[in-house]
Amino acid sequence: MLDAGRHPNINILAYSEIAGVSGQAGSFTVQVRRKARYVKEDICNACGDCVAKCPGKAPDSFDMGLRNRKSIYLYFAQGIPAVMTIDAEHCRFFTKGKCRVCEKTCVKGAIDFDQQDEMVEIHAGAIILATGLDLYDAGRFPQYGYGRLPNVITGLEYERLINATGPTGGHLLRPSDQKPAEKVAYVQCVGSRDLNHCSYCSSVCCMYAIKDAMLAREHDPNSRSYIFHTDLRNVGKGFRNYERRGAEEYEIEYIRGRVAEIQEDEDHNPILWYEDTEKREVRNLQVDMAVLAVAATPSRGANALSELLGIEQNESGFLKVDGTAPVDTTVPGIFACGFALGPRDIPESVASASAAACRVAESLGYS
Amino acid sequence: MTAPDNSSSQEPKDGEELRIGVFVCRCGTNIAGFLDTETVREYAQTLPGVVFAKENLFTCSEAGVSEIKRGIEENRLNRVVVAACTPRTHEPLFRATCEEAGLNPFLFEFVNIREQCSWVHKSARDSATNKAKDLVRMGVARAALLEAQTEIRSPVVASALIIGGGIAGLSAALSLAKRGFEVKLVEKKEEMGGMLRFLGRIYPADVDAREIVSARIEEAANHPNIEIFTSTQVSDLRGYIGNYTATLRGPEDRSEGITVGVIIVATGIRALVPEGLYGYDGRRVVTQIQFEQELRKGGDLPHQVVFIQCVGSRNRERVYCSRICCMTAVRQALMLKEKTPSAGVHILYRDLQCYGVEFEELLRKAKKVGVRFVAFREENPPVVDDGSVTVISDVLGSELTVPADRVVLSTALLPDESGAATSKLLKVPVDADGFFLEAHVKLRPLDFATEGIFVCGACRWPCTVSESIAQALGAAGRASVYLAAGEVAVEPIVAVLFDEDKCRGCGLCASLCPYSAIEMVETDSGTKARMISVACKGCGVCASTCYRRVIRMEHYSDEQMQAQISACLKGS
Repeated sequence: MLDAGRHPNINILAYSEIAGVSGQAGSFTVQVRRKARYVKEDICNACGDCVAKCPGKAPDSFDMGLRNRKSIYLYFAQGIPAVMTIDAEHCRFFTKGKCRVCEKTCVKGAIDFDQQDEMVEIHAGAIILATGLDLYDAGRFPQYGYGRLPNVITGLEYERLINATGPTGGHLLRPSDQKPAEKVAYVQCVGSRDLNHCSYCSSVCCMYAIKDAMLAREHDPNSRSYIFHTDLRNVGKGFRNYERRGAEEYEIEYIRGRVAEIQEDEDHNPILWYEDTEKREVRNLQVDMAVLAVAATPSRGANALSELLGIEQNESGFLKVDGTAPVDTTVPGIFACGFALGPRDIPESVASASAAACRVAESLGYS
Repeated sequence: MTAPDNSSSQEPKDGEELRIGVFVCRCGTNIAGFLDTETVREYAQTLPGVVFAKENLFTCSEAGVSEIKRGIEENRLNRVVVAACTPRTHEPLFRATCEEAGLNPFLFEFVNIREQCSWVHKSARDSATNKAKDLVRMGVARAALLEAQTEIRSPVVASALIIGGGIAGLSAALSLAKRGFEVKLVEKKEEMGGMLRFLGRIYPADVDAREIVSARIEEAANHPNIEIFTSTQVSDLRGYIGNYTATLRGPEDRSEGITVGVIIVATGIRALVPEGLYGYDGRRVVTQIQFEQELRKGGDLPHQVVFIQCVGSRNRERVYCSRICCMTAVRQALMLKEKTPSAGVHILYRDLQCYGVEFEELLRKAKKVGVRFVAFREENPPVVDDGSVTVISDVLGSELTVPADRVVLSTALLPDESGAATSKLLKVPVDADGFFLEAHVKLRPLDFATEGIFVCGACRWPCTVSESIAQALGAAGRASVYLAAGEVAVEPIVAVLFDEDKCRGCGLCASLCPYSAIEMVETDSGTKARMISVACKGCGVCASTCYRRVIRMEHYSDEQMQAQISACLKGS
């Protein structure tokens, strides 16, 4: 991100959306809507004085809403470009007509309440789509109680809890009472490989569950982890070894079986009901916290963007490619990489990104 | 511990007067909020060699940058120290600022008093201020000994050597050739095409494997920029990024020398031959590749087929999962059911690895047409008898005997035998299983640590044809960056052999260098190390292991580091 941010040939238009595209391979004209930040990008240097003084509060979207941030904010500490944004929905000035504390605080004069969305036109010979993924709605599984049972969280929420810069400073404290979560269950295939939700395998959840469980143990030697899986999928380089280390060094218990239902006791401890396939009986397990490996889907904007560009998607919403031209979309001159093409891990995403860049160079005849 | 007195070395070497300028950044409240920057500035002013010290609100802002430039010009500064944030984000800016003011950019020293000080000592203002003073004192001591450096540039021959003529090597070759670069494509077998020559229809591409590989072979053979060498192996390799000389040994031991700028490794995989496993005989009990030929030939196909997964993989001896054999089994099962819908097919598996969209769909299709799936555990492997296979089902918990007039073993995939020799010749590493080891397993999957050498396809890790083509395009793209630039530029932070006479030619440095940036050469006065600056990454392994102490790291010399350490120990 840093390298891209400071490369002279890369112009980053963050907080922006594609509004229109015309032309064809070799000569596209793209309309980009630059959303109003109410902060001048070329002047703000993210010193943070405004944030310190801002009286407004809003859920921190980067921290999955697990804590609040101010109404003027930096999306996350290492974000590029390092520029503040005013959340107009929660800003006192925009909602109540009074405040402007940030404006008074900023010695550089970077605040601009009159800023409007701006349309920018870009001319490009080729386009690469790298729109990534979003998580499926965890609330669509009433049997797992997400949103109803406080100590049932998603994998991404877990990532924030175990992160040193996250809302709990990296301590695995469960939401209901902020007590350390020692016994943690991981529920795999929540929406994945499920004809009623996402028919495909999200491909990364088995491995991140193992990683999460290892992190918990490294943080707290008393931690115990249970991973409830369908097939444990570990096809990447070194993955199977990692899984074995999880069992042997971190005492992770891998349990084959889909969890039927999660209930809770009076202390909000989740109770997982599942079938023990070895003993062929229905059993339950009480834990401190349960982590749902919710299916990963194409990013929410993928449908609209595909329509705008006239490119085809497959039945699952990922961008359609021919297996022998793995990064070419159905429109010449438009290429794609990463999760937008279908579930894949970081190395495969990076490899496909290099491939897309290569196809652009080929299509434009760069030598 | 006594600190050596380095005060005498604080004079610039050419006798010019040392004039150091120190700029202390407040970073808004990020630094000034947690330590006293004015105290740090006052302290800096008192350090030996410092003639100018200034505090900035933001040193990186337009105002801060012009204050540095003005400071250099008005005070004739010949060294600049900035005490601020991290070199990762701002060193390029401050180096450029020095250059614009007429000062060599390597006479700049960065001191981190934010990430390594104010941010981590937020509740200890006095101690944080003292630590910042220590850090600045160390930076000034090193700055006094900095020397001007110039960027190293070296030409790149616009030609690529690709080792391996399978789908990966062919795809990379065609991509580079289309863009006008010359390609030497080397295949050890008599015939190009690799593994795909043995396969039928493949998914998710849903095309005939031989057709796509044949089309590419023909295209490559007819391309004026591609020279194909079959029955040929690379027997010797010398040189470095931009300028490799390879010796190719072809049929009848004919040798030929070629010169290339970059190398792509695409040596592929082979399947384990399951001698002694599950009664393998190549007739009734066969491998996936043998069954593929049977399916392709058509004719009388077996009526009861049992696939056994993880043969020779995911066990004690070979821990890894071969990634694609589950999908191959499902695909072959579907092909059989297509030709003989009444055929009975059982796939005995441990975990079904049908990841992603298309393969999960394939799996569903197979279940729909009646392919049966039975999970077993590693400790209870299936038993192959005459005409049947017996397995303990992990789901039913009971023994199950299924009829089998053909047993297909889904065997582990291994790196091609040539991998080890290629690894040795190119001095690029392989992992414990023999697959090539990339520079960074997540962020640089197609590069080797040695600049100018790239990897793609199944020799890196078993993969599907689609994945292999994507990697090939990616590797070609990575390689083309150097070919298109025509030269390679390197930061002059490199190892230098400063006293060749004292070098005994022991070769320790060359054997330890992770980037193949040192070669041993014969000279009139014996074997000597020769540094290939353009390939050097400045890691310092050679300098720290040279027992003759004749290797210096430019910009990180022993004297510079000693001065910094002494300054640290000296206290304020």
